[in-house]
Formats: sequence, C-alpha cells, structure tokens
Amino acid sequence: MRVAAPAKTSPARTEQIIVFRICGELFAVSSASVQEVRSTDSFSGSSTEISAPGLRKVRHVVRRGDRSLFIVSGALHFDLPPSPGTLVFVLRKTRTALLVDGIEKMTAMSRLQALPKSFCHEERQWYRGLTAIDQTVIPVVHPESFLSAEELSLLDAFMPPPAGRDVENTEGTVSDS
Amino acid sequence: MTVSAELELQSFVLLRLGERRFAVPANQIAELVAPSRVFKFPHRTAQIEGVILRRGRIVPVCDVAESLTGRKVTSRRLYLLAVRHYGAQTEWVALPVTGECELINAEMTVAAESDAPHVAGWLSHAGDVIEVLNIDAITPGPGEMRAEGEATVAVEARL
Repeated sequence: MRVAAPAKTSPARTEQIIVFRICGELFAVSSASVQEVRSTDSFSGSSTEISAPGLRKVRHVVRRGDRSLFIVSGALHFDLPPSPGTLVFVLRKTRTALLVDGIEKMTAMSRLQALPKSFCHEERQWYRGLTAIDQTVIPVVHPESFLSAEELSLLDAFMPPPAGRDVENTEGTVSDS
Repeated sequence: MTVSAELELQSFVLLRLGERRFAVPANQIAELVAPSRVFKFPHRTAQIEGVILRRGRIVPVCDVAESLTGRKVTSRRLYLLAVRHYGAQTEWVALPVTGECELINAEMTVAAESDAPHVAGWLSHAGDVIEVLNIDAITPGPGEMRAEGEATVAVEARL
C-alpha cells in the first residue's frame, strides 16, 4: 500500500516594506529599494541648492563622487502641502533621494494588488499597486517614478557648478547591504 | 403579456442619487454593501475618491453623483458594487448611492446617438422615465486617459 505524501505547504511569499508618512499620508516602499535612510540634518552640510524651471519638487542635490543625487520632496511630488521632511530615503539604482516626514513601521506584505484600472492618471506611474496592512490600504510606490528621464535631463542641465566643499565624502556612510 | 414581450424584459437595479433615480442592468451589479471606511491616498483621477476593502478585494469608490446630478453624495447610505469592463477584463467599482435600491423588470429603449455617452438606454417605471447608466462610460478608465491625450494632441496640432 502506498502512503500518500503529505501535502506540501509552501510558505507565503512576502516582501519587506517600509511604511512611511508624508503630510499624514501613508505610503510603502520595498525595503530592498532603499539603500540608506538618513536624517535631513546629515545631508544639510553636503547638499547644494538647485532650481530647475517647472520642477519645484527638487530643491537640493548631493554630489557623491561623480554622481548626483537629487532630493525629491515627497510632499510636492504627490501634490500634498509642503512639508519640511525629517528623513531622506536614498533609493537604490536611481539618482533619487526621497524626502519624507517619518517612518511608520517596517513590516512585510504578502499581497500586492494592482492599482484598479479606474485610476488612470499619473498615479499609475507613481504606484506599483496597493496593499492592505492591518486593515489599512496603503499605496506601494515605484522607486523609479519620482524623477522621469526628462526631469533628470532637465536637472542635469541646471546643475550648479561643482565646488569642492559641496562634494560629500561618502566613505563609510553608504550602507550597501 | 405575450411570450415575445416577456423576452424583452430585463432586470435592472434602480438606485437613488439625491432626488433622482437611475438604473443599471442587474447583470452588471455584483452586490450592494453597507458603508465602510474609504481609504484615501494621493492620486489625480478626480472622480475616484478612494478605495474600500471588500472580501479581500480593494475596490475603487467612484462618486458618479456629481457628474449626473451636479451634487456630490453627502448622506451616503450604501455602495453599489458595479462591474466595470476594461476590454476583456472586468473590475468592481463602488458607486455611492443615497437610498435603498430596487430590483425591477422592465423593457429598455436603447439610447439614441444624440443621448449622452453615459446613457445606455431608457426605461419607464412607476410613471418616471429613468436613465439606464452605461457604467463603462461614467466611470474613469484608460480610455479617458487616451481621450485626454488625443485632445491634447489635437490642441497642439491646432496651435
């Protein structure tokens, strides 16, 4: 007699996310796409002001070696009231650092639902989808969506000339885990 | 009633938005649910006010009252979950309604070309002539974005 093999139960696939706040609104981003989290104070000495026409959401840039990191105001990106922000998420594989008000929690999501097709404007680029955490629906942002290729080109064109003291010494500060 | 006349009858859900009543074909209604928390987050689709959670699904809430009656629904009582078609795919969309809904059988007169796009047809019930709503036309979708894009192109071309 053959004994039936016990049913295999595969563990639910989850993704680690950071739930963060901007102007009281909750958003989530994949932890894997956040290279580092810094306080705005730690950036204040190394950032340079930048002003590109029609791009109010970027006011500062940080030079890291030959790379420029544009600090995007999450509040202005999402059309929320201006907010000073206290934390900066340096987003992996992008030239974006996102200014946010604070981290709500770090957790895991087990399900990402596609944004309903009724949402048919810029939010389709902004969000990977929606997830429900503790009976609350939270949009999960696309890390690449904060600056388009056109916006990056515009910012590059308006980059202030490099100054030695503005170049951030990143040795030992980048946690590339 | 003759057999042929019976065959023309269809089921409709009558809904109330403020003082006006509208109809939706019953086969486009998933369910009628009690008000629940609307989760809001930044977006730029004006007609969508947020989403609700229903049976594990995230359903967009689309207030169609403003475009149909000129006023938003303030005293909200129920959500009518309607089926919205996107090509071969379908999704639920929650329509806030202000009163009890009613299921009726009636014969629909198909809309004429001169009718607004959101009108799928007309039916007569209890002395009223009632618009039958075209859910696909009255709720936003990718077509709206394309139409806006085409309009922009047309304006640019004129310039």
